[in-house]
Amino acid sequence: MLNQFMSYLGSNVTPGSANNQLWALIYVFIIFAGVSLAVVAMNWFERKALAHFQIRLGPMRVGPHGLLQPIADAIKLMLKEDIIPQEADQFVFWIAPVIGLLAAFTVYTVIPFGPSQAVSDMNIGILFMLGVSSLGVLGIVVAGWASNSHYPLIGALRSSAQMVSYEIAMGMSVVSAVLMTSFNKDGTGTLSMIGIVRSQQDQGIWFLFKFFPLGLVAFVTFVIAMIAETNRAPFDMAEAESELTAGYHTEYSGLRWSLFMLSEYAAMIAVSSIAVTLWLGGWLRPFPNLLHAPAWDFIFSLFPGLTFLGLAAIAFIGVARMPAHFSFKIQRIGLAVFAALLGCMALLLLLLAVAGRSADSSIAARFREGIDYVYWFILKVALFMYLFIWLRATWPRYRFDQLMRIGWKVLLPITLGVLVLTAIVGVLAS
Amino acid sequence: MNSAFFPALQLALARPFIASNVSFLASLITPPNADMAPVATPFFFYLLSGLAVAGGVLVITRRNPVHCALALIVTLIAVANLYLMLYAPFVAGVQIIVYAGGIMVLFLFVIMLVNIERASKDRRFNRIWPAGLAAACALMALFVSAFVKGRTLFPDRMIKLPEISNTQEIANALYGEAGRMGQYTFTFEIASLLLLVAILGAVIMTKKRI
Repeated sequence: MLNQFMSYLGSNVTPGSANNQLWALIYVFIIFAGVSLAVVAMNWFERKALAHFQIRLGPMRVGPHGLLQPIADAIKLMLKEDIIPQEADQFVFWIAPVIGLLAAFTVYTVIPFGPSQAVSDMNIGILFMLGVSSLGVLGIVVAGWASNSHYPLIGALRSSAQMVSYEIAMGMSVVSAVLMTSFNKDGTGTLSMIGIVRSQQDQGIWFLFKFFPLGLVAFVTFVIAMIAETNRAPFDMAEAESELTAGYHTEYSGLRWSLFMLSEYAAMIAVSSIAVTLWLGGWLRPFPNLLHAPAWDFIFSLFPGLTFLGLAAIAFIGVARMPAHFSFKIQRIGLAVFAALLGCMALLLLLLAVAGRSADSSIAARFREGIDYVYWFILKVALFMYLFIWLRATWPRYRFDQLMRIGWKVLLPITLGVLVLTAIVGVLAS
Repeated sequence: MNSAFFPALQLALARPFIASNVSFLASLITPPNADMAPVATPFFFYLLSGLAVAGGVLVITRRNPVHCALALIVTLIAVANLYLMLYAPFVAGVQIIVYAGGIMVLFLFVIMLVNIERASKDRRFNRIWPAGLAAACALMALFVSAFVKGRTLFPDRMIKLPEISNTQEIANALYGEAGRMGQYTFTFEIASLLLLVAILGAVIMTKKRI
């Protein structure tokens, strides 16, 4: 076991490719914990950001600036009574959130946080992601049916119709990005997630900008389709609270309900990762080919540390602006400790960047490299997470017929056209 | 209605692995790679086959159609994993996308619109069970004969397709390499034409006036 543990260290392939089950399991745990933590953070950030969009303060009571609110929520949800309606189909009602959660978390096996920072690199990576994430709709449909109630059933029917429709536009825009990977010397593309990022590196351009504006159009259609896929505003017809109470999870409460929330947010991160991998260069930092001098490498490797430094600064400003009243004393100390922790993290990252700047084979350099890859990937995904909140705060909800019309009569023809044009331009250019 | 055509498409996809064209197969056989061995352990094979069979039995024994559909999904995913064990990741991915993700969602969609209370009390195909038994026996006989005579029907070498080039080999078989028509290009085009006709039929049926 120790041998298995040690033999992978310093490897530059994924644990799946290196056939190392132990490290694959470690990666699975890291990703599971990381995603769960990200969902908790996202929960807090969404409430705060939405509140600020609407000129409110949002959660302020539990912890400084409501920072401990997600923990309080989690405790509340765990302690809350878990009701299963009398007339519900007990077994299906029980298994529905589990299906959604499994589908949402299984796709993380192929998401490349770096060239070796993924559980496994599948030859059919992107197909696997699309296929497994489309299983998530089963959880929603089955949940709506098992509740044996009208609103959930209508919500589930809407949601399944919507997800099946937008899957097609989504798949078509993915195909045009996959097609772009094949415009190289030997004319063979790839479906592997790591291979797609590598081919963007080889071609020296993010697919977002390739064959401008074809890549951009495919990207925008994908983003619209992915918002509809995850049932988020302005396409949250499945849980339109003004019409359907809460849609498919009306009858759910307590821990089971929180599993639905967890899988929804996990699915959001997963589809954002697809968009980042296909169009935004995955783990690549900006301009990896143009600015490839060691000095530039060093400057870009400072970014993770600087980000944490910025967060620490924001937290310190929060400490300074805290009211002087004595009842805020504990909150002030808590926020100061949090800011100090962020600052320590920033110092650690900056130290690592300095220590690993020159020697290419030293442990510090490899560690620094890995952190850079994961940092750039997570930064890009975080931008998408903000986009989700931003759209939710700005756009009114679509009507169901409008939603269907956009899916079938606008997005599908556009993506088909982009696919054909990409093929033509690609053949002409090579 | 699409489901009738997908098995044909899928068979076309799977043909490169079971084709009797030995020279074609020989070109695909690579030297056994030690790294690839542990995936196909007997434990996983029996686990997945057991899941598939259990799901299949539940599909025909459960009274509630939604339970049947869920059991069918279990079977389909287990079969997809069996494809993965055969080093055919593309077929596995397509199996999940088309069957588990697409067709089964539509199945569930339709089942929900049916009055399940009544449907579950209806007498089912009890009167034609002798015919079903005969068909099952015939299929079983076919499988047994294929198992017994397998040595002559199938190549005796185990195909070790490199996992990396699996998708590419399927593409070559379906669409052909540069400047050459693939082995199954014509069949594939006919299958897609049939699908197109089926789609047109469905669209026309839903139109009130044409």
